[in-house]
Amino acid sequence: MAEILIKNGFVIDPSRKINGDVMDIAIKDDKIVDKVGSGAKVIDAKGKVVMAGAVDVHAHVAGPKVNAGRLMRPEDKLFKSPDAQEHYRMEMGFSIPSTFKTGYDYARMGYAFVMEAAMPPLHSPHVHEEIHDTPIIDEAALPVFANNWFVMEYLKNNEIENAAAYVAWIINATKGYGIKLVNPGGTAAWAWGLNCLGINDPVPYYDITPAEIITGLIKTNEYLGLPHSVHIHQNSLGDPGNYTVTLDSLKLAEGVKAKNKFGRDTVMHSTHIQFHSYGGDSWANFESKAKEVMDYVNSQKNITVDLGCVTLDETTTMTADGPFEHHLNNLNHLKWANVDVELETAAGVVPYVYDKNIKVCGIQWAIGLELGLYAKDPMRTFITTDHPNAGPFIRYPRIIKWLMSQKAREATLASFKYTDKVIDATNIHGIDRELTLYEVAQMTRNGPAKSLGLSHMYGGLGAGLDANVGVFNLDPKNMPSDPEMIEKALLRAAWFIKSGQIVVKDGEITNHGNKRTVWVNAKVKENPQVMRDINEKFLKNYTVAIGNYPVWDSLAPNPLVIDIDVEA
Amino acid sequence: MPKLITGVGCPYCGSSCDDIECLVSDDGKKILETRNACVIGNEIFHHVSSPDRPTKPRMRQADGSMKEVSYDEAVDFTAKALIKAKKPLIYGFGSTNCEGMSAVARVAERAGAVLDNCASICHGPSFLAIFDNGYPSCTLGEVKNRADVVVFWGCNPMHAHPRHTSRYSIFPRGFFTTKGQMQRTIISIDPRETDTAKLADYHFMLNQGHDYELFDAFRTVLRGHDIPAEVAGCKREMIIEAAEKMRNARFVMIFFGMGCTHTDGRNHNVDIAISLTRDLNTHTKSSIMAMRGHYNIAGPGQVWSWQFGFPYCIDLSKGTRAHMNPGETSSVDLAMRDEVDCFVNVGTDAGAHWPIAAIKHVKKHPFIAVDPNICMASEISDLHVPVRVVGVEEAGVVYRMDNVPIQFKKVIDGPEGVPSDEEFFDRVYTRMCELTQTEPMWIPAKGHAKASSTSEH
Repeated sequence: MAEILIKNGFVIDPSRKINGDVMDIAIKDDKIVDKVGSGAKVIDAKGKVVMAGAVDVHAHVAGPKVNAGRLMRPEDKLFKSPDAQEHYRMEMGFSIPSTFKTGYDYARMGYAFVMEAAMPPLHSPHVHEEIHDTPIIDEAALPVFANNWFVMEYLKNNEIENAAAYVAWIINATKGYGIKLVNPGGTAAWAWGLNCLGINDPVPYYDITPAEIITGLIKTNEYLGLPHSVHIHQNSLGDPGNYTVTLDSLKLAEGVKAKNKFGRDTVMHSTHIQFHSYGGDSWANFESKAKEVMDYVNSQKNITVDLGCVTLDETTTMTADGPFEHHLNNLNHLKWANVDVELETAAGVVPYVYDKNIKVCGIQWAIGLELGLYAKDPMRTFITTDHPNAGPFIRYPRIIKWLMSQKAREATLASFKYTDKVIDATNIHGIDRELTLYEVAQMTRNGPAKSLGLSHMYGGLGAGLDANVGVFNLDPKNMPSDPEMIEKALLRAAWFIKSGQIVVKDGEITNHGNKRTVWVNAKVKENPQVMRDINEKFLKNYTVAIGNYPVWDSLAPNPLVIDIDVEA
Repeated sequence: MPKLITGVGCPYCGSSCDDIECLVSDDGKKILETRNACVIGNEIFHHVSSPDRPTKPRMRQADGSMKEVSYDEAVDFTAKALIKAKKPLIYGFGSTNCEGMSAVARVAERAGAVLDNCASICHGPSFLAIFDNGYPSCTLGEVKNRADVVVFWGCNPMHAHPRHTSRYSIFPRGFFTTKGQMQRTIISIDPRETDTAKLADYHFMLNQGHDYELFDAFRTVLRGHDIPAEVAGCKREMIIEAAEKMRNARFVMIFFGMGCTHTDGRNHNVDIAISLTRDLNTHTKSSIMAMRGHYNIAGPGQVWSWQFGFPYCIDLSKGTRAHMNPGETSSVDLAMRDEVDCFVNVGTDAGAHWPIAAIKHVKKHPFIAVDPNICMASEISDLHVPVRVVGVEEAGVVYRMDNVPIQFKKVIDGPEGVPSDEEFFDRVYTRMCELTQTEPMWIPAKGHAKASSTSEH
């Protein structure tokens, strides 16, 4: 590593309120610095936009359900895989790409960090094996907690301190990053083939409600002072009329204050909110409630959301929301994989075709974009596809195109079979807002980094931050009249520098980079009761030995550990 | 003082028990005693100290005899054979760790080889069914804690997976199954009266090869239709009674084995078993699981799925993309068509398990066996490379039959100078790059790997 100077680009860096000024960005080793010597390698960015490495707050890129999808879908590879770049590993798959392709494609789009959104703790060595095999990009993973026997037991008795000690033990053991909730209580009910569709439905056997689980885990998160807020996939995903459940869940964060030392001021991240913003009471009168949901999100400063935009592709849905996948399978009758995980969680996988000729798919597409366009605070609204659920992550540039260009949106809308019905059920037709690159940078870089408590490393171009810099063939002062050029430019960076190494040039991979695994090491006061409970459950109910449960250091050979000391 | 090491993983069957205890000699070189293991597992731990165990590669000489050679020579021979071959086949992997599989995948991609594992002659038909119909499954702890009806279809764990029934499926007392066996209804479907069948509440001694019809009968009954007086040699009343047991159960678990995948119907049997599971989920909760044979035969299916998108039969000879088409790219079919011009057998014994005709074809070309022990493949090979025994002398991640990753620890040091599968194939890869003057490609930077996998946490 050495010095690099990116000269004369149009710099967009919301972390310092810089909007398209022509500036130089200097890099020394793996950090951004104020200036470098005359011997630095010079990259000419004249006429191009320069942004920080992007941060993906939510994607399913590594682990058992992602791999179940890969294994069960050979058709996702057939005629859909590009030729390998010479001297690099093969790149197989479209909606659920191989780990190599995942790393390469994110790097080509200028992404520096990706959060694996759901790690079953029992399977954490698998998640880390895949992260290990994903080149270039830094990754972290969120263990799932909202259907965990220990968590439900402690929260039922309102034992936040014990819940926190357990959560800390799991985060350390799994080399995890924070607290993920997926269909709180509902996935636990799924172990008996049931579900919890409202936040006050009792969880079978456990005598606790989803609302209590959510509230309890928010408290636990702030007790621990984790870098990220709780990250929640709410109950009743994908059901017509579910927006009321969404609003009810979001309201649980009202009045709660963030407590942490990472600059995070939010207490709840509500993920793939598109799937939770549905009106109507059947697929016949299914309609958008994006405005209602986003109005609430806009009014609450302590919530962040990501969009989960439908990209109109054939894709593979996968979620720890086991009952939802079973339900979806009963709708489309394609193949169905399921994995119930002892004491902890479950997951399901079903292929899905978001078809332009189906009215509901068109409405879903519109809802995702409406949410982005109604957002008043781009620092709290992030662009995702809930990869691969609403579409593969390589469509992020396409979503940005739609968000930045009414012309592009209207063209897609007009190509639907049921354009009029989609227009009737949504507000997309006629929204004339077009996001700026500055807002896009907030939604893909600065905002998610802040929500994850990582803005001291990612999401900006100030001196001292990690040297993750993307250069794209776009001129913000003179944006192309053809919206396709936006997608093209963002899909393949002209240059991408990750941790100070040039990893992409002209959209091609040039280096395997210096991939890191980011995890949180949470120290809490020794808690004999929780340790006794853990030991007992491993003796009686788990089928693996407690000593073989914590992820080995060798599976995360290049770690970036964030220490938290609750006692301090 | 001898040291007791607990929580040891057993490198035998797909149950991948990780509660073995080993008493290790002072110098950390010999296992004196094992506890908790079944008879076969026990034998594996003791066998590593056998004085007959090979510790040097052996190469076939012009006169047909085997001569000891150095590991450098073995690496060089393997690298050159792989480079020279147009379509090498690297096969095996039931008995090694995922680190080894990953190292071999790197070599195979570089060599343009076909990469295949024992599933090809074992649960390969199950993969075909999964490609068509999915796989509603669970971890074994769910079976232990919840299952009250357990079906063993074409499998005999009492012999093939000796501790399966006591750890997971019949006897254990779980959270919601506090009465253990008393609380479970066991259904065995097998043309023979196996020791598992003897334990069952219902034993369907079906006519061999008629599994599909019997599955179909269960589905028909569950959907409320009538069936003939006898199906596949089984009485209507008994089928209806067992179907009712399933319908009224809280959690139905179906385990299936070679009796489904290697009898008439093959993948279709598994396909309808999955459909039966799906049907049952409209009434109650149900899961299905393949009784995978070896302790890490689920491993290659996982590792190669995340690296290439396919679990087995992976043809990398195009160089730019992986291609899977069982029947075309499956090991035995390739061998029978004589399409393979170099064969590498890793952590399995193709010599014992393949049809003789197929072995005769691959034997015409360089034949390399990488295996800790003397086996039929090693004895007919041109080069036998002994390696350390995973789970005993080498740590590593393995995937249990339910795809749960288990970190197997190392118990004793391996024989001096003997590499692991991973180390051997990394050396082969490096040598291939030297010989072809190309840059090696490590992800991530090498040198980090396995730094602390042997330490206990």
